[in-house]
Amino acid sequence: MVDTTNWDWSPGEKRIAFGEWAGKYRWVEEPAASPDGETVAAIVNIDEGEFSVCANGEQWESVFDKIWHLRFSPAGRLTALVSETGEWTVAVDGSPWEARFGYVWNPLFSSSGESIAVAIQQDMQYGMAVNGAAWQDTFANATYFILSPDGTRTAAAVQTVDFDSGEIHKFQEGTFSAALDGKPWDANFVNVWSLAISPDGSKLAAEVRINLYEYTIAVNGKPWEKTFSCVWEPAFHPTRNSAVAPVREAGQWTLAEEGSPIWQRSFVQLWQQAFSPDGSRLAAVVAPRYGRWTVAVDGSPWSVTFADMVTDVVFSPDSRRVAAVAKDGEIYKVVADGSAWGLALDMAWQPVFSPDGRHLAAKVEKNGRYTIAVDGRLWDRECQAVWDPAFSPDGSLVLLKSLEDGVYFRRVIPVADIAG
Amino acid sequence: MTEPAQQSETKAQDKGIEVGISKLDVERIEKVVTGVLKGETGARLKAYVETCIHCGLCSEACHYYLSHDKDPHYSPVGKVKQTLWEMIRKKGRVSPEFIKTAAVIAHTECNMCKRCAQYCPFGIDIAYIISVVRRIIHRLGATPLYIQDTAHSHSVTMNQMWVKADEWPDTLQWQEEEAQAEIPTLRIPLEKEGAEVMYSVIGPEPKFQAQLIYQAAIIMDVAGVNWTMPATIGWDNSDMAMYTGDNELMGRIKRTHFETAARLKVKKIVMGECGHAFRSVYDMGNRWLGWKMPPIRIVHAIEFYYDLLKEGRIKIVKKFDQPVTLHDPCNVVRGGGLGEKSRYVANAICEKVIEMVPNYEHNYCCCAGGGVINCGPPYKMTRVNGNRVKAEQLFSAKTKGAKVLIAPCHNCHSGLHDIVHHYGVGLDIKFFADIIYACMEKPEATEA
Ligand code: SF4
Ligand code: SF4
Repeated sequence: MVDTTNWDWSPGEKRIAFGEWAGKYRWVEEPAASPDGETVAAIVNIDEGEFSVCANGEQWESVFDKIWHLRFSPAGRLTALVSETGEWTVAVDGSPWEARFGYVWNPLFSSSGESIAVAIQQDMQYGMAVNGAAWQDTFANATYFILSPDGTRTAAAVQTVDFDSGEIHKFQEGTFSAALDGKPWDANFVNVWSLAISPDGSKLAAEVRINLYEYTIAVNGKPWEKTFSCVWEPAFHPTRNSAVAPVREAGQWTLAEEGSPIWQRSFVQLWQQAFSPDGSRLAAVVAPRYGRWTVAVDGSPWSVTFADMVTDVVFSPDSRRVAAVAKDGEIYKVVADGSAWGLALDMAWQPVFSPDGRHLAAKVEKNGRYTIAVDGRLWDRECQAVWDPAFSPDGSLVLLKSLEDGVYFRRVIPVADIAG
Repeated sequence: MTEPAQQSETKAQDKGIEVGISKLDVERIEKVVTGVLKGETGARLKAYVETCIHCGLCSEACHYYLSHDKDPHYSPVGKVKQTLWEMIRKKGRVSPEFIKTAAVIAHTECNMCKRCAQYCPFGIDIAYIISVVRRIIHRLGATPLYIQDTAHSHSVTMNQMWVKADEWPDTLQWQEEEAQAEIPTLRIPLEKEGAEVMYSVIGPEPKFQAQLIYQAAIIMDVAGVNWTMPATIGWDNSDMAMYTGDNELMGRIKRTHFETAARLKVKKIVMGECGHAFRSVYDMGNRWLGWKMPPIRIVHAIEFYYDLLKEGRIKIVKKFDQPVTLHDPCNVVRGGGLGEKSRYVANAICEKVIEMVPNYEHNYCCCAGGGVINCGPPYKMTRVNGNRVKAEQLFSAKTKGAKVLIAPCHNCHSGLHDIVHHYGVGLDIKFFADIIYACMEKPEATEA
């Protein structure tokens, strides 16, 4: 987690004249704001095939043939995928990694933001690189790249056996495996999808298809004893190091831990399970009946349901509360502990709890403008853009980052100013 | 006319079916057939089986039947008789050879186009029954090789053409650069969270038809659409697993597609000119996952162009001056009701639109759909011979003056190409986007 205590929490406002950059460049792309709100940055085009990044009005010294995927890491490091003379790498705060590749994509950050990983292709071989160091072994294909939350381990589904397209029976014998830090399991499967690394870094789990019809979860290459007609992504318990995944039997879904069901009831659909930070509770998106969606916590669905979808399930840091985003027709809603806020929104982003769990805030869109909602009430500003809000460590203040009439604002205000 | 001996010879070369049935015996088949019938089908199939009075009224609907001089082998109910009914009658105890024939019929002699459902007095949906047969064939491991390989591609890459993860964004960046020669400030915005539209395409576009992505980018740019494309899996809206009966994989592909759009926080997914993909996102895949309707609004290219033209967001400088005729793809017109909007677009961009007969929801299928073209070269002549009526229909439109055939669907495009070529119809085939791109108002190609 990112330590926010040293951020500037003094109430007040800072401005950056973002709109002025447009006059200096052929074009300025979508801005990104740093987690602490102190920096706003964007990819800028200087001339044909000449790109750089402008952060708080200062242009990076380096110019690249192409730049894409500009993102701040949770620690506030500004990263982008950059290309020079046909080779690609990652630039961090303007400095490219020494290592160059045929292509890089899918950047991943550890939860502290100190570690940065990326998928790489070199000479049509595939792997990953972490903080500039590439896997020693590469593969004919790789998919489903992940970085462990502590940033020490990477993994992907990798092709371990050659086959040509059309060799369907060879493919069905198993040509894929999962690799942890570039080292594949001994076992091969027909398919390997959606990987997860255990909190202690010792286990790698993945969805596997053993043949065209039998699915299960494999942990360190060993499939659960039981197979299912389908499974979805595994997740590790934060302290037990055991894998939990949705499994489908007789047309219904439930959750299983190490192959055995852990919820009493089953659902028409179940996915995106998430453990509370202390591991005591488990929530998931479920369809209790066909065409109705909600969140189930420890197997019990909320009584409120929605027609279209539920996403972005999140626990409060103290593990006591759960929130999510729901869609009903064209209307998005923020839902907390089974009650929807009375706001009909055009769009809502994953809500953010205050450290003590008392307040809940979210970036939202209404009438084509962006703003922040806290505890079901809208901030009175309508902006061109806003970024996810953040609460001060004591939960009394909220950090708001916005773009209004071309000016970027960083504001710290009392939560009560919005929540009342 | 067909040449049956030659056809069965080519069909015998399908390793997907041959190797599949070589591993089967009657007991295994019985287990799978009863498993699917008891465990996966319900009241719908039972009602169809019990209701059908074998009247044959559906026969006249089927282009295979009509193209084969009314050979009952090709009538909709005939195809069911030769496959599922026999399996039901024998309680699943049919031979591997029977399964081979059933695989060929279900996969290559029915496009699941649903035209016949409109002719049955009880509305019996033969396409659904054929999908049950394909499900059984899948569970028996006897799916034709080419389409099975495509399903494998989906399973690994979540796209139809084995496009690897880097090749996708790389292709978009290449097309962006190409298009900048025309509009210097044009962008294909990748991973733009909160855009209005996620544009999704099918696997063959980055692989073989990158100019379609180029054209779409120009249309989006000129129309001022706030759009994005994902740089991750989930960009491909196609789904051959839907047609192989691998429902679990179909669901996985659709989940990936919708979750990618949800992650990007877009309001709608605009998809290119593809028919089967529309069926998979609008009907089959979403429903298997538990969504009654698509969780994020799906806008087919026809509807998207309709909106852009109607709202004046793209303007036609000079209408396309060659007379066109318009093919109604089954999945978006019979299945999606876009017949009127398709004509609005055609008339807005072309000087003369000559209707083919029959049209709208009664239009003849292209004979490529339903995964038939995806069963590959061994069955090319099955498609071509099975759609002589389409050639006749096209000839008739040509006689009325049509020079160009608009087919707003990828599969239709390819299937009609084979028919036009084989029968010497002599029509040029285009997508709507080809004509819109050529005729729309664009900014002068000068430095911005
Ligand atoms: S091809 Fe179309 S009309 Fe013929 S049987 Fe199949 S669904 Fe019916
Ligand atoms: S028209 Fe309907 S009832 Fe008659 S044979 Fe065809 S499917 Fe059966």
